[in-house]
Amino acid sequence: MISRRRLVQSLVAFGASASGVARALETSRKGKTLVVVFLRGGVDGVSMVPPVGDDAYAALRPTLKLSTKGTGAALPLDGTFGLHPALAPLLPRFQAKELAVVHATGLPNAPRSHFEAQDFLESGTPGRRAPDGWLNRAGAGLSGAFSMVAVQNGMPSSMAGDGQALAFPSLKDFKVGGGAATTFEALYAQAVDDALRTSGREAFESLSTAQRDGLASRSAEHGAVYPRGLLGRRLQDVARLVHADVGLTLAATELGGFDTHLAQGAATGQLATRLDEVGRALAAFAQDLGPKLADVTLLTMTEFGRTARENGTRGTDHGTASVSLVLGGGVQGGRVVADWPSLSSGALFEGRDLKTTTDLRSVMSECLESVGLRRAQVFPDFTPAKLGLFG
Amino acid sequence: MRLGVVVLLAVGCASASRPVAEVRRSLTLPSSPLAPRARAVHVLHRLGYGPSAADLTAIESTGLERWLEGQLGPGVDAATEERLSGFKTLSLSVAQAFREYPRPQAALKAMGVDVKTEAGKEAAKDYARLNADELPRQLLVELTQAKLLRAANSKRQFEEVLVDFWFNHFNVSAEKGRVRWMVNAYEREAIRPHVFGRFRDLLGATAKHPAMLWYLDGWLSVREGFTLKLGAKKKLAAPVMEDDDGDETEPLGTGRALGLNENYARELLELHTVGVNAGYTQDDVREAAKALTGWSLEVRPRQPRFGEFVFRPLAHDDGARRVFGLELPSGLGQQHGEQLLDFLARHPATAKHLALKLCQRLVSDTPPPALVDRVAAVFLRTDGDLPSTYRAIVESPEFWSADAVATKTRTPFEFVVGAIRSVGTLDEAQRPLATALEQLGQPLYRCAPPTGYREDAAAWVSAGGLVARINFGLKLAAGRIPGVLVSLPPKDTPLEGLALAILGRPASEATLTTIRQATATDDELDERRDERPRVVGLLLGSPEFQRQ
Repeated sequence: MISRRRLVQSLVAFGASASGVARALETSRKGKTLVVVFLRGGVDGVSMVPPVGDDAYAALRPTLKLSTKGTGAALPLDGTFGLHPALAPLLPRFQAKELAVVHATGLPNAPRSHFEAQDFLESGTPGRRAPDGWLNRAGAGLSGAFSMVAVQNGMPSSMAGDGQALAFPSLKDFKVGGGAATTFEALYAQAVDDALRTSGREAFESLSTAQRDGLASRSAEHGAVYPRGLLGRRLQDVARLVHADVGLTLAATELGGFDTHLAQGAATGQLATRLDEVGRALAAFAQDLGPKLADVTLLTMTEFGRTARENGTRGTDHGTASVSLVLGGGVQGGRVVADWPSLSSGALFEGRDLKTTTDLRSVMSECLESVGLRRAQVFPDFTPAKLGLFG
Repeated sequence: MRLGVVVLLAVGCASASRPVAEVRRSLTLPSSPLAPRARAVHVLHRLGYGPSAADLTAIESTGLERWLEGQLGPGVDAATEERLSGFKTLSLSVAQAFREYPRPQAALKAMGVDVKTEAGKEAAKDYARLNADELPRQLLVELTQAKLLRAANSKRQFEEVLVDFWFNHFNVSAEKGRVRWMVNAYEREAIRPHVFGRFRDLLGATAKHPAMLWYLDGWLSVREGFTLKLGAKKKLAAPVMEDDDGDETEPLGTGRALGLNENYARELLELHTVGVNAGYTQDDVREAAKALTGWSLEVRPRQPRFGEFVFRPLAHDDGARRVFGLELPSGLGQQHGEQLLDFLARHPATAKHLALKLCQRLVSDTPPPALVDRVAAVFLRTDGDLPSTYRAIVESPEFWSADAVATKTRTPFEFVVGAIRSVGTLDEAQRPLATALEQLGQPLYRCAPPTGYREDAAAWVSAGGLVARINFGLKLAAGRIPGVLVSLPPKDTPLEGLALAILGRPASEATLTTIRQATATDDELDERRDERPRVVGLLLGSPEFQRQ
């Protein structure tokens, strides 16, 4: 695939008119984008999408449970599941069938350590760490400075690997001062160390695009208002890249703070505050994209769920299965996709956790396919179940 | 290369059963293909935060072996301590930190102001404005400044590298709840005094420190069926430990603990000692957590031991335990936990895990397995004597081989401090430095996961990260980072000399040519123009500077 910038350069070099260039770009765009939001710390899926219709739920969660009516009640999704009230901004998207919830999902044999579980999930390889991440493998062969972008501090391991990926904390900070860009470009072109040379080349390609398009200062469209906080700022930058049509195919970002061992809270409190940021940031992102949401899929994931039972400190400990949200114009949403294992004591994994019944790789596979990427080389030796998230 | 000096070192006399002093033979450095100056530069990259003019001179005048002997054991840099004496918070105990740097809400409440009313909210704003230097955030501001000043200026370079290494190994984050009031004491009490001691003492000091007890929730882990009431006269039902905006009057909150919390036990095994691949099971984690129940914290502000470790016998599960092959009989009380730590500190898997991490920090991201094995063997043979373990690395041929030179990529902290050391000294660590580290992905004392920051280059080399480094280098060289005293080589220094001074090694021909082209501008005739800041900025952002 030829990058937009190279295309412009070559067209201009052959004397094409400006309007001709614009037309050529228009027809070259078939850009679909997958955005992966990693919620770090292990999200309590049983609070995020509470199984209020499961008989065992209330007894396991004496202080953390959500009611089905009154203030702070879970918002009904179907006969079994509700949505945490802090995620209310996403309910209209669920009703419009643009949001699907996948419950009781995770990787098989997930460890209960943040470190390992995050590594395995970002590698996309249960039980072992791969040298590269699942998103990077999925994006192998993509070219263009902004084809794979992580908007966060540092490159996430899901996007690390041989494919060309870019990470920056924000578009606003993504520029080189002092008119020295071309000199640095030359210095990094000569770097002895491969990693530094490659990163340098990527840096200068993308810098020139960002600068030319004035990406950092684009306003949100369609009246979207992002919430304060990291996730809103990061998703707004992702939306800017989508709007600018710079060839963004895979985007990653993250939010931490879900490791709620203590005083987790129910309808309000620690977890609710985090979910509020998630709900408002995702809703603003969908709003901002407007009709372009048709070409975008957003997937949330977390390294593990938490214990079905609340612990002695009104929180929950590291568990197993959790929840993923799938948002996008192509999603066959408005439903909770789950082979629900139930929370009854006999059904709990190792007597303590919500059991994983949907391999998260099946979800990841369908999301990749929804943006036109093949999953075969991403998850070797894995046959995904057909979930029909995109029909 | 023998110095012929026998150095006697008294190491941590906490336990009477162990030899008080240990005779160390003098350092024996293997032969190396490196020239003397290259050796000095390499040592300063690995055992320090990069070469500085002052430390290169010190090595040259003292001799490399003697300088290393000094670095490999305890000592004092009086000038740095003197510089830090002006900071008000560095010597505070946990109790003093809570007392003297209360949250505005708590301080106002103590003055009888209700912050829930409109007038109260106004009063809170005034309070924050008038007492800007006494807000809790000041604790972290000063600690960050002190870390930067020590890393940049201290003659005790290896000690600062080790404090950073072991803090990161036993990571706690000031972002979590009340750790902000404890992190300063944690580094000063639990980490720094033990980096030249025995691993078991370091492990025990972290296990019992309020910062660790809070960060990994150990203080609230109690035996099944027991309810621990914490600092509460009323409102028992409201656990508020995590809520920094609460208006409760008790500094450590009120609440109750009702059962086992396995957070600390898991990280103790996975991160602090035997490592994730040692082969323990979920049952071992639970058994370890039970052995450690009752290891807690005095939370009542009026108690003399407020903010300190306490063992609560009633909260302890005193049954027999079996953890990862260790059998502990019932009835041991606090000794259950102590014997567990004894066992883990001496475990061969711990030796291997620590040897690998130390070699990754001091030699290469992928250290030769034979080196790791030898270092682990020394750790086991000396019962976890850390200076002997460091020596095994410094005396290894692998450390001095040409392959080891410039093979690691600087972390953001190493880059920022190394850049400062290469252009001058740090007079005052002002806010822009902390901001730069945040943008580079390494905010100090705020690494949220217990894993600490990654050591290998893969975590830190990215297009976005390079852009941030380039910009920092340009600003620094232009004198636009306040608090850094930049003293560049004389104005008539040729490019080669400037490059040598900044990089510590000769620059490649390609780099020199590119920089020459970039600085050969139209006003070449204007001889008054000082090109040094621009050249130095280019050098600091160059790929060669990112390697160490």
